[in-house]
Amino acid sequence: MRRRDLLIAVVALLVLWQLASLLVNQAILPSPIIVGRVFVQELRSDLLGHFLVSLWRVIASTLLAIALAAPAGLVLGQYRWLNNLFSPLIYLIYPVPKVVFVPIVLLFFGLGDTPKIVIIFLILFFQILVLVRDQAVNLRPELIQSVCSLGAGRRAIFRFVYLPASLPAILTALRQSVGTAVAVLYIAELYATQKGLGYYIYLNGSTLLNYPAMYAGIVAMSVLGLGLYFTVDWLERRICPWQFAH
Amino acid sequence: MIELRSLTYSYGLGAPIFQDYNWKVARGEAWAVLGPSGCGKTTLLYLLAGLRRPSVGEVLVDGDPLTRPRPQTGLILQDYGLLPWATVRQNAELGLQVRSFYGPDGKHVPQDYRTDTLVDPWLERLGLSSLGDKYPGQISGGQRQRTAIARTLALNPDLLLMDEPFSSLDAPTRESLQNLTLELQAEQGLTLVIVTHAIEEAAILGRKILLLSYPPNTHSAVFENPGAGQAGYRDSIEYLHLCRELRACMGKEPESHT
Repeated sequence: MRRRDLLIAVVALLVLWQLASLLVNQAILPSPIIVGRVFVQELRSDLLGHFLVSLWRVIASTLLAIALAAPAGLVLGQYRWLNNLFSPLIYLIYPVPKVVFVPIVLLFFGLGDTPKIVIIFLILFFQILVLVRDQAVNLRPELIQSVCSLGAGRRAIFRFVYLPASLPAILTALRQSVGTAVAVLYIAELYATQKGLGYYIYLNGSTLLNYPAMYAGIVAMSVLGLGLYFTVDWLERRICPWQFAH
Repeated sequence: MIELRSLTYSYGLGAPIFQDYNWKVARGEAWAVLGPSGCGKTTLLYLLAGLRRPSVGEVLVDGDPLTRPRPQTGLILQDYGLLPWATVRQNAELGLQVRSFYGPDGKHVPQDYRTDTLVDPWLERLGLSSLGDKYPGQISGGQRQRTAIARTLALNPDLLLMDEPFSSLDAPTRESLQNLTLELQAEQGLTLVIVTHAIEEAAILGRKILLLSYPPNTHSAVFENPGAGQAGYRDSIEYLHLCRELRACMGKEPESHT
């Protein structure tokens, strides 16, 4: 995708928004110009703080999920008996939408950052675990054997085959689930917190009835989601250039 | 150099593929192992590589029983041997990297390994210098196989094992790589064991040809083929005769030809 096309799409969306706000002509749909102005104002007061709190929650849970799920996936992928032992469990838990655990996680972890981080962690953990495991399982035995024939033992196989093979799986998992993670973060931030974009949007929309500020919050949340997606995209091109070479 | 002594091998509890099997390979010899699909050719090669252990009996290399892959043995497989995420250069360097990873421990890496070994002369020798930054997915099958050869020869092996290395290549590429293999075998003084299901390939590459039949293999026919590797052998009458003879014998019960 070219930058210019992306820019045109952004402009088209803004134009559509502007037209819709003219048509609706009510306070609940302010124009992008008003929202843009409020966005800049709010950024100077407390929107930035809420944004950073949300960003921190996503980053922390992502790093935690990678740190725990990637090694677990690699181990499961290498030892068939372990995989046989755990795969029914993973099979059952994997498709459950983790957002339904929000109330439980809130009950257990109470206020503050922890429950939010835990819930996003749960979403990312299973996604990364399954993709890394499958990647490791699907490495061709011929590949492993030919690397063995170069003198590699288990440690070198891990270093030169399993580890690099898991990187694209981690990034694919992130790409697939970063949107869901931000969506669930929004839900989780509606409860038991006074920080984060979810709280900010809810507060301005339902309590203060400050619609332009609510929209500014929504824009910030979109920027968060898009920014994370672009980052994963960029990392994929940096770390896995072979996937893009033809 | 290699000796299979009263070797029996079977997968799990299945019928044996080799039973009380004996075979000797002297240093510097070029062997082709020929046989129909399912005869145990690849199994034999993996036994020689130390990637599988005999159920009974032993594989001796230089008089020592083989219990694990030996650092001086190079193995080249039909395909899939290259890391898809590494460039041609990185793939060719993989063996050297593995050696640097362990250091000269005598187990994974020969004790006399020099860490300043470079892969460049091999890339050049195999015509890969300009492809160093390409990924395996971007190059042809022949170039991929050249990369695998460069990777293996950079480790300075004394024994080269090849499993159907050229069977997925088109005929001209296959021929040129067969010639290259013969050149390198002579130039480096390698002991070569190449497994193939193609009669013509066995007759081109093997100065001795071991003909396996359907399991269990207890003893196998050996064909002497001293002309292999000589210029023009492909068009010679001896070559055609040998191919005809091999074709007639393939799939039959083994009998002695030596």
